[in-house]
Amino acid sequence: MDDIEHIPKQIKLVDDNGRRLDGRRLDELRPIRIEAGVLKRPDGSAYIEWGGNRVLAAVYGPREAHPRHLQDPARALVQCRYNMAPFSVSDRKRPGPDRRSVEISKVVSEAFSAVVFTEQFPRTSVDVYIEVLQAEAGTRCAGITAASVALADAGIPMRDLIASCASGKIAGQVALDLNKEEDNFGDADCPTAIVARTGEIVLLQMDGHLTEDEFDRAMKLSMDAIRRINEMQRDALRRRYAVTAMDEALGGDAA
Amino acid sequence: MSDFAATREVVIPGELIDSNGLKPGEGTYADSGRVYAAQLGIVARRDGLVSVIPLGGRYIPRADDEVIGHVVDLGPSHWLLDINSPYPAPLHATESPWRVDFGDTARFMDIGDSAICRVLQVDETKRVQVTMQDPELHKIDGGQIVEVSPSKVPRVLGRGGSMIQLIKSYTKVQGFVGQNGRIWIDGNPEDVMIATRAIHLVEEHAQASGLTEAVNAFLKDAYGQGA
Repeated sequence: MDDIEHIPKQIKLVDDNGRRLDGRRLDELRPIRIEAGVLKRPDGSAYIEWGGNRVLAAVYGPREAHPRHLQDPARALVQCRYNMAPFSVSDRKRPGPDRRSVEISKVVSEAFSAVVFTEQFPRTSVDVYIEVLQAEAGTRCAGITAASVALADAGIPMRDLIASCASGKIAGQVALDLNKEEDNFGDADCPTAIVARTGEIVLLQMDGHLTEDEFDRAMKLSMDAIRRINEMQRDALRRRYAVTAMDEALGGDAA
Repeated sequence: MSDFAATREVVIPGELIDSNGLKPGEGTYADSGRVYAAQLGIVARRDGLVSVIPLGGRYIPRADDEVIGHVVDLGPSHWLLDINSPYPAPLHATESPWRVDFGDTARFMDIGDSAICRVLQVDETKRVQVTMQDPELHKIDGGQIVEVSPSKVPRVLGRGGSMIQLIKSYTKVQGFVGQNGRIWIDGNPEDVMIATRAIHLVEEHAQASGLTEAVNAFLKDAYGQGA
């Protein structure tokens, strides 16, 4: 380990003009594109491109919870599966759940349980599938952002959309939305998911170390970015359903 | 018209839809005196109530809904029906139109059979019970079952049942539209096929303006060429 410790320090993650490796400023997001309702079979779906990340999310339910002993007579379960395609990373990823994806699945399920009106559908399960097709740091944030749109697309009642973004520390400076190099060679990465309307935190993780002051600044960056991402989520849903709404209004009289 | 459109905006979960003291209706929730959308759908304001009409989602059974169920399991004194919802619906032998001896349920309906039934009750844990105790409720013999999204059922029916009447008058098929999105149609195979296509037309263009005219034109065309 010691023999490679010196390598990261040689990579200059932020140049003298405060620009990062991909030309972004410290508080800038990678380009994001979201599309709602891209699949036919599931009840709801969404696709997101976030920098080099490409993630597909699908939602089924509410449907009968299986296995039966998991059913909760008072509320619905929100079961999430985060999965990375073998071809999503440069070295082939061994398929199947591993320690990392099981953890992400768990924390994402818990994040969505906080916003879905689970008490309306006792004994059922809402199944969320997040499939990472191409990964470039920040896949859990991209996955949560897409899955949230997919849940709305599936017509699942929920308090609000969740949006997610990471911030961290690179080359000793607090920065938003780390890319692959910054994630690998940076000092800290801190993914956050927030209920946009109330600012409630539903997911908060950290890899690395931040001082209290750095953490506060990182959170502020994430919070601001999440508001912008939330607007993109809403746009994606409006684009998908705008035609419906307009025609519904016009066709209402005719039909 | 613009006024009409203004009351029909699409809302996304978490969107503020009222802060003027309207009561929260279905598909909404209240938080400190304001009403927010809980579901993706279209806003409807009526009788001091603001609600969201969903544009998708599963069928959730309610008492008195008439639905089409498929028998998926048998008990000695009940059938278990799949009513296209997250909850299976048991039909007890005493709620059937027949006198069923204990253990003799399979003689009347077996796995794979379908029936038109009514939701008798739904309790707070969403335990459903259905009944067939009504002359218009019956086991389905022959015909076809078409499935549409449950949220599109009002469109298939049309205002006061006008759309389904239109389809029935052209195709001369018998039919029944279940609230759970299952539609039974029976008649001449050609007529059933045309009716099925008309229903899919309605489902695909559920939002289109002039839908009735489009369906009318489709049916006229189908029969004009056939004659």
